Amino acid sequence: MGANVTTEDQVEPKRRWQDVDLRAVAPFVALALLLLLGAMVNSNFISLNNLANVATRSAFIALIAVGATFVISSGDLDLSVGSMVAFVASLMILFMNSNAIADPGMMIAAAMLLALIVGALCGLANGLITTVGKIEPFIATLGTMGIYRGLTTWLSQGGAITLQSAEQQDLYRPAYFGVILGVPVPIIVVLAVTSVAAFVLYRMRYGRHVVAVGSNPNVARYSGIKVDRVRTTAFVIQGVCVAIAVMLYVPRLGSTSATTGILWELQAITAVVIGGTALKGGASRVWGTICGAFILELVGNIMLLSNFISEYLIGAIQGAIIIIAMLVQRSLVRKS
Amino acid sequence: MRKGLLSLVTVAAMAMGSTAGFAEDKAYTIGVSIPAADHGWTSGVVFHANRVAEVLMAQHPGLNIIVKTSPDPASQANALQDLETQGIDALVILPSDPDPLVNSIKEIKSKGTFVTIVDRAPSVNDDSVRDLYIAGNNYSLGETAGNYIKATTPDAEVVVIRGLPIPIDQTRQDGFDKAIEGSGVKVLDRQFGNWNRDDAFKVMQDYLTKFPKIDVVWCQDDDMAVGVLQAIEQSGRTDIQYVVAGAGSKDMIKKVMDGDKMIPVDVLYPPAMVGTALEMTVANLYGQVPMRGTFTLDATLITKDNASAYYFPDSPF
Repeated sequence: MGANVTTEDQVEPKRRWQDVDLRAVAPFVALALLLLLGAMVNSNFISLNNLANVATRSAFIALIAVGATFVISSGDLDLSVGSMVAFVASLMILFMNSNAIADPGMMIAAAMLLALIVGALCGLANGLITTVGKIEPFIATLGTMGIYRGLTTWLSQGGAITLQSAEQQDLYRPAYFGVILGVPVPIIVVLAVTSVAAFVLYRMRYGRHVVAVGSNPNVARYSGIKVDRVRTTAFVIQGVCVAIAVMLYVPRLGSTSATTGILWELQAITAVVIGGTALKGGASRVWGTICGAFILELVGNIMLLSNFISEYLIGAIQGAIIIIAMLVQRSLVRKS
Repeated sequence: MRKGLLSLVTVAAMAMGSTAGFAEDKAYTIGVSIPAADHGWTSGVVFHANRVAEVLMAQHPGLNIIVKTSPDPASQANALQDLETQGIDALVILPSDPDPLVNSIKEIKSKGTFVTIVDRAPSVNDDSVRDLYIAGNNYSLGETAGNYIKATTPDAEVVVIRGLPIPIDQTRQDGFDKAIEGSGVKVLDRQFGNWNRDDAFKVMQDYLTKFPKIDVVWCQDDDMAVGVLQAIEQSGRTDIQYVVAGAGSKDMIKKVMDGDKMIPVDVLYPPAMVGTALEMTVANLYGQVPMRGTFTLDATLITKDNASAYYFPDSPF
């Protein structure tokens, strides 16, 4: 829209429908259908409390998936994010337990800063191994996935790493359980992070470079884009997003174990793809991504609230619903 | 000279088996093969294997215990071979997956080594595979929890969080169902929490949405209890009277000791059973007492009174 809206009366109705990017809207249509389904299954489902619970718990995957949107748009893949969550969170808790700073508030602030730095460094490692080492991202991050997971298991000696100081715990708890103007803090964080990510992707030069590199790295290179730097930066952004997710994760259970974050990488990738970003790179839809993360969490929630689905079948039905959601998307896109 | 004498004694001890003489002078080597610490319970196994090994070696100067951890069945088979090469008189094994390891275990047993299997039994579990079997009691873990709930809150409405869809979990459910059969205890729902804190948190949140009134949560596992407690606290609901978990992690036992209202009891499925196995194996070597057979541990109900006996603050689990 914009430039030639002068002939508004005749052209506008037709135009408006075609101008809407259906691929971008599709995940929200799927979401609406799911909400409808949920409301039919259990009357408690549509309660604000339940939806807020589900949105809040989808925050981790949503935040990680925002980072994954960058990596996937630039044509790469990061399998290490689940292990990275466990590793960064473990270091953060160990640091908080060290009581290096007497004031608990300052201690938490320092620990959050540490998480950010460690997350960024983990992402940088992934990026450098992929670009400088010229190793397929699938293999490179499969390797670091093992490394981060192994380091976590070693740090915890296979057991759990638990936040000890009750004072710190009480002070930090609101970061996950708190509410601002009726909205849970994690939801606000997700919206803020996604807004920044959307600004970077759609309004800044870097965002266009990401998509250019993802759709065709050679063309991007000949156009003077520093391809390796763009890709590495995407991995660093992923690391930072993981760190932000960790900052919300630690106050929830105040504890990590060797099984923290297992298979979260697959959930993040699924959220990105449900959201309309192509797995082969070259297109990014970051708002769709968080919608995808919400859908994933909703599916589990609906299954559990229903009274007629055997607990043994939940996995199968989750898989089917994800595929149906994708098909709904496709059919909408074809119509356009 | 000393060395020569020592090896002479070793040779003599090996030749004579456990028949003769000066108990403390006999030199024996026990190999311990356990899974690597990959979650809370196995990390407890590693801790207790090392702890009990130290105690036993201090008691018996001639005794040498080698503890090896392996992440999967294939590497555990390799570890068994390594132990065999080093020459062991007895093997204590907690198999990561028993059936694929049966042949390796039989191979060692065929050399006359005393074999003790812990916790996970192969489908053929007789004296062709092992001499001694130390078992935890999954059925009783469910039964003990069920009996406690039945006795404490006869008309409780209970939500159950299961582990993973595998036989261990089913056995625990069967024990629980048997215990509450015919009583006023009613199970509202059962869902899988995958023995994982985060998943248990989600399941519990959804239970709280789904049911306006819940009396008791049975989540059979201490790790999952962490997530359950957090979800209950967040909801601000006061109808849930208590949570029954299981295993015996230090965090939950501490709560029982401290008289936490939400965790009044815990049901024991102790990683320390590897220590039981070591003690009995040593008793077989040094004590000249019959030790062949099956020894099944109770799933003891841990209450405030006996909790300190099961509390290991230094353990990772």
